[in-house]
Amino acid sequence: MIRRIIWTLGTLVILLGLNLALPRILNPYLFQIVILCGINVILAVSLNLINGFTGQFSIGHAGFMAIGAYGSAMLSLHAGIGWVAALTAAGVPPGVAEGAALFAALLAGGLLSALAGYLVGLPSLRLRGDYLAIVTLGFGEIIRVLILNIDAVGAARGLPGIPGWVSFFWVGLGGTGVVVLALNLARSSHGRALFAIRDDEIAAESLGVNTTAYKVLAFVIGAFFAGVAGGLFAHYLSYLNPNSFTFIKSIEVIAMVVLGGMGSVSGSVLAAILLTLLPEVLRPVKDYRMVIYSLMLIVLMITRPQGLLGSREIRLGSWVGKLRVARGAG
Amino acid sequence: MLLQVERLDVYYGAVHALKGVTLCAEAGEIVTLIGANGAGKTTLLRTISGVIPSRSGRVTFEGRDITRLPAHDIVGLGISQAPEGRLVFANLTVEDNLELGAYRRKDRPGISKDREEVFRLFPRLRERRRQSAGTLSGGEQQMLAIGRALMSRPRLLLLDEPSLGLAPLLVREIFRTVREINQRGVTVLLVEQNAHMALSIAGRGYVLETGHVRLEDRAERLLQNDEVRRAYLGG
Repeated sequence: MIRRIIWTLGTLVILLGLNLALPRILNPYLFQIVILCGINVILAVSLNLINGFTGQFSIGHAGFMAIGAYGSAMLSLHAGIGWVAALTAAGVPPGVAEGAALFAALLAGGLLSALAGYLVGLPSLRLRGDYLAIVTLGFGEIIRVLILNIDAVGAARGLPGIPGWVSFFWVGLGGTGVVVLALNLARSSHGRALFAIRDDEIAAESLGVNTTAYKVLAFVIGAFFAGVAGGLFAHYLSYLNPNSFTFIKSIEVIAMVVLGGMGSVSGSVLAAILLTLLPEVLRPVKDYRMVIYSLMLIVLMITRPQGLLGSREIRLGSWVGKLRVARGAG
Repeated sequence: MLLQVERLDVYYGAVHALKGVTLCAEAGEIVTLIGANGAGKTTLLRTISGVIPSRSGRVTFEGRDITRLPAHDIVGLGISQAPEGRLVFANLTVEDNLELGAYRRKDRPGISKDREEVFRLFPRLRERRRQSAGTLSGGEQQMLAIGRALMSRPRLLLLDEPSLGLAPLLVREIFRTVREINQRGVTVLLVEQNAHMALSIAGRGYVLETGHVRLEDRAERLLQNDEVRRAYLGG
């Protein structure tokens, strides 16, 4: 218990420290890449819960992200800005007021997206494999086309003027949150139930795993965090456009999950960072950038079809253990 | 009566897979179900365990109607299944597979005790406890499937073709263990194509033919039955 409090406090201190340091050390371009890395980590790990843990092939993650992004942005535009003004007028420091409003917006976006995840999860009880993939693909496109045609959220013009409340702290908090949740889940009996469904659904059912409930649960949790990622995206860029949420975005996230290794949380984190950095690193080659990017993906998948980490995890604990052993021996 | 199946009808779409099947199992028995491919043996087991729904008829377990219960609740009542083709969780370790067998249980000490018991029954599994189940041999996977089913502490164990694809020596070993499990008070409903082996350890047997019960008798009498000998025992 005390350990847990120390870990939590330590993480918060580190996040706050980085929050202060990063914008000073990095130029705005690099800082934006760091933020995008964080958002992609949240997306990849949350999709891993659905695709990697439970084995349900979903390619509608951009749809969940869009719901979270637009949902939270609308809340902030119509209520959040007012709350911040009222709170600061009442003497609350602006940073705290903005943080609270952002938290509410992210939560609302996440919950809205989780609700959508529940609705999409329901057909998943009957469908699997390619069929489910097509349903989720359709879902993602429906969301995008809906947004494109609803004037209240800006339609094709996009949605400007979203308050830019996101700092590194919030992205770090979201990323840490989803990673800790996924790692704990993987070690719990609930996680084992998800893995069992992935490996063999009939066997899982015959052992007493409520496969229905778990499949929907995976969708709900995955969608929640995709929604949070969308909210962070919206409140970082201050502007949303439906074109950010095409199915290409879903494919990008799938590539991260597959490249990292299905079911490996640290693999998803690593691959999300790698695949965010790669196109930036390749900028000097200009027109050939996406060609090389795609080629690298192909080569990686041929040489390591199980993904970078397979289904394994990088464990901090084991490194610490090895260090201790090495020191003891020396 | 531990298990009673009455006039069970099961359809796959338009295909009438089980036609008014009636059978029963007393506590402590080994009952076997023999029959050719497509006779409905696996369907019957899966209907009992709730994985496949029935259209009409009734399944009662310890006097309680379980016909409409979902599979995950039936496990909680004390029925577990080692499914056909083993269906172990290939990417999980042997230990994790066993843990999943105890999925419905919360009593930690009891679970570790039962895991030790499974390792005692199948020492080979202990050697491979941290190996992923997909890397086990067919026989070891079958042991794991049975062990996993035992982890829920069932009173009724449904075994679906435990001899499938195994070498004769291993088959004998598995059947010996099944008898040992039964002697500890677990009732066994055993589905087999290897009729000779199944009838030699069972007390009673049913012969299933294209969805209905063709014969029902004591196992040793079925072994002597001309029709059974001709059709299932190779003369």
